[in-house]
Amino acid sequence: MEGTSIILTCLVFSPFLALLFIAFMSKQEVKTIRTLAVLGTIPPLVLSSWLFIKYHQGYDLALVEEARSWLSFGFFPVDEGPRPFSIEYELAVNGFSLLMLWLTSILTTVASVAAFRIQEKVKGYYVAFYFLFIGMLGVFASNNLFLFFLFFELTLVSLFFLIGKWGDARKEKAAYSYLIYNGIGSALLLLVIAFIFATTGTTSIDELTSFFRNDDSFQSGTKAWLAFTLFIAFGIKLPIFPFHTWMLNVHVHAPPAAVILHAGILLKIGAYGLIQFGFGFFPSEFQAMSPLLLLVGLVNLLYGAVLALIQTEFKRVLAYSSVSHMGIVLLGLGAVNEAGVQGAIFQVISHGFIAALLFFLVNTVEMRFQTTDLARLGGLAHHVPKLAGFLLVASLASLGLPSMSGFISELMAFVGVFQTSLYIGAFGVIALILTAMYMLRAVLAITFGQRKEEGNHIDLKWFETLSVSALTAFIFGIGLFPQWVTDSIINTVQIVLNGMGG
Amino acid sequence: MDIETLLSYEWKAMIPEFIILLTIILISIMDLFRRKKAHQWLGWFAFSGIVFAIISVFVLLGEGTISILYDTFVLDQFAKLFKWLLLVGAGFVLLLAVGYRTGDNSFPHGEFYYLFLTALLGAMIMSSSGDLLTLFVGLELLSISSYILVGLKKKRKSTEAALKYVINGGIATAITLFGLSYLYGLSGSTKISDMVLIFAQNQDASVQYVLGLAFLVTFVGLSFKIASVPFHMWAPDVYEGAPTPVTSFLSVVSKTAGFILLIRVFLSVFGNAQGNDGLTMFEQLKPFIAILAILAIIVGNVIALRQMNVKRMLAYSSIAHAGYILVAFVSLSPYFYLDTIWFYLLAYLLMNIGAFAVIQVIGGRIESFAGLYRTSPFIAIAMTVFLLSLAGIPGTAGFIAKLHILLTAFSSSSLEWALVIALLGGTIVSYVYYFGVMVQMYFRPPKKEERTSIPTTVWLVVAICLVFTLALGIYPQMALDIFHRG
Repeated sequence: MEGTSIILTCLVFSPFLALLFIAFMSKQEVKTIRTLAVLGTIPPLVLSSWLFIKYHQGYDLALVEEARSWLSFGFFPVDEGPRPFSIEYELAVNGFSLLMLWLTSILTTVASVAAFRIQEKVKGYYVAFYFLFIGMLGVFASNNLFLFFLFFELTLVSLFFLIGKWGDARKEKAAYSYLIYNGIGSALLLLVIAFIFATTGTTSIDELTSFFRNDDSFQSGTKAWLAFTLFIAFGIKLPIFPFHTWMLNVHVHAPPAAVILHAGILLKIGAYGLIQFGFGFFPSEFQAMSPLLLLVGLVNLLYGAVLALIQTEFKRVLAYSSVSHMGIVLLGLGAVNEAGVQGAIFQVISHGFIAALLFFLVNTVEMRFQTTDLARLGGLAHHVPKLAGFLLVASLASLGLPSMSGFISELMAFVGVFQTSLYIGAFGVIALILTAMYMLRAVLAITFGQRKEEGNHIDLKWFETLSVSALTAFIFGIGLFPQWVTDSIINTVQIVLNGMGG
Repeated sequence: MDIETLLSYEWKAMIPEFIILLTIILISIMDLFRRKKAHQWLGWFAFSGIVFAIISVFVLLGEGTISILYDTFVLDQFAKLFKWLLLVGAGFVLLLAVGYRTGDNSFPHGEFYYLFLTALLGAMIMSSSGDLLTLFVGLELLSISSYILVGLKKKRKSTEAALKYVINGGIATAITLFGLSYLYGLSGSTKISDMVLIFAQNQDASVQYVLGLAFLVTFVGLSFKIASVPFHMWAPDVYEGAPTPVTSFLSVVSKTAGFILLIRVFLSVFGNAQGNDGLTMFEQLKPFIAILAILAIIVGNVIALRQMNVKRMLAYSSIAHAGYILVAFVSLSPYFYLDTIWFYLLAYLLMNIGAFAVIQVIGGRIESFAGLYRTSPFIAIAMTVFLLSLAGIPGTAGFIAKLHILLTAFSSSSLEWALVIALLGGTIVSYVYYFGVMVQMYFRPPKKEERTSIPTTVWLVVAICLVFTLALGIYPQMALDIFHRG
């Protein structure tokens, strides 16, 4: 299999161009660096949007696949056929990963605008930011486990620097907890990848998917622990319940401009990995784990919602709300039926936009009032009406108001859950009510009431308005025309379900 | 022995050794006549000797196995490839030494060069010895020269380190020799190829018992050279006290030599000796090495967490890395074996020498790394890459090396889960201290604003190591091809 298209390589590595420009700029020219940084996110955005539109017009994504020989371990003189223990440079997209690429490009552009707030070491910030960008694009475009892992770790290291250098007072502790938890996650992932590589001789995702589904040479016990290890590895990233503390720290202490990407994309890598590799390689094992997924999902959902209810800091509310919303992803996957899996993927996309919007607004609030403490904010609707308005919209989207994207994903996920287990579904619905409570409690405390905060009451500037409007438009767009997304993911859902024989 | 027999030997097998020997003799003479400050020329002369030796190894790469002097000197593929590693490592160390400056000129460069080359010669002889005698001569040549090298600075710390090194080394050598004496006693020969034949046919359980004893005792003795548990405690003190070029020599060249010795003796003698249940002695006794490897990984990584001196930290991390290589050593995979160890040593050479080069100009204390990115960004970025590589982050040579070890472990006939888990667990722990240095470089304000001046040769070493650490991480095929074509 030799694909020679270079579109995906261009897409993944196009940020390098801007990175080079930024790297050779003088530190003092902050304005130029900022402009360059925003402009640099445009080429991937254009490329991925173009691909996305072409795909919806019926373009065959197999045409953009790439495969080039790269490296090979050991010494196996073979004349023909694939050489064992060789790794190819493989890039490919399907509907789901293209959607994620597109989401990544959009959110990165928004995040680069949000990072205008960074005043110190602007150049360094954008250099790390661009490495993170390349890592995220690569994760979704790679069609080889080895390559996937390479990009995955690139995001780990670059976000470590973003948190540790540009976060708030307790940034280093947050950076370390991020590093250790995710280090454990990637070590487990590496364990699985190396084991698969050593026993099958390949890391190509296509080859492995067909291998695991057609070949019975693996003992079912081996497959079960591989599936379980993958679940934990990506579960730490998602995060699932006992492994979530790092993610709270990151949400609260990292610079909000980076949290846009963290909450919007990086957490979703966990879900993406679970769906593409977990369900892709080991469908029957994951089907067997369905009760576990449902249970963990329910715990995430309720635990996050209850704790979000008692937080006094807006960023913490959002952090716990992320935990809660990721529970919906797990519930949908655990339902193992069409509606559930579709809802889970839908939630991945939808929460990406909503979390990004919320954190963009957090960023603007923090920039103006230097606090996100609920007790110290109030009456924003009077002084900064646009900001307050968008905040309200974002919170409504988050609690799943019909006509917005959150509603569709929750609806589909719960339809799936109810088909599988009535009790889990019934408990889950409680959390949806809690979501409405904590979101409204927090947002109303900020927008209405007495003015408490000091600081400059400047409403959203034009570029901020543009960014939040774009995000809001996407949220409504998906809510009103869900077939945008469903058309893209229908193949992935089918592949997941086919493997389960359902 | 008349002149004709003497000439009938294929002396070309020893050309690399001869080149180094000639360089040593010339330098030691030239050192007597040089002016005080002209040590740089000596350094370049020594360097050119190493370069010629590297070239000659490459020329010899095409030859088949040559065995001369009654099989005491063997130049096989293994010897060439590992000799190449030793020479490349030594070349880097030499460049570091040329750029090594102390405030009071207390470092005698001339003596360093020829003692250093003597140590290298010992290591090279070890890598092609087919007889326990040559093996031991090489080992002693390496050891005794390194004892002096450690104490070269003649300062209190350096002398203390040298003394520790001599005493520990003496004990270790005695233990090694004790183990080797069993081998001789049981086989009646010092020739490795003879031993292989004799032990392969041995059925006697009591002989197997003594062989097992020899196995353990020899391994314990040799663990000194590779700085692994149980003979690891010298490493931190000696690494800290020795002049930095010597430290990098100990952690790279000397360690490589230790592994060469280990492979030579254990793989051939014990790897063929018959044990119980149709297993070889090596397979039967490898759990012991596995336990020591796990201990090395734990001890190295855990104690490294608490170090405030980067040199000491790298000493403990080098203990851990020895443990990682031992994981590959005991795995005995049918598909990957020597290539794994070779590649790991190569990657380790690049990243570790790079890191020591940076330490040489910046200093060992962790505070001196504070704000390095502000004062000298290039050095900081280079150090970051070396640390990432040591931590095994993808995109660097260290990751490929670690993946290679994992592959070896997973494809071995009897998979040891404990080893794999220790390897991965150790890697996670190591993130903490490697990233700790990065925290200093990027997140802390600098103590002093001025830039440290960097000697050209050190700069060169940092740049080359940086390029190859990245290149081998992204395209390792170029090194793997050298191995598999050779």
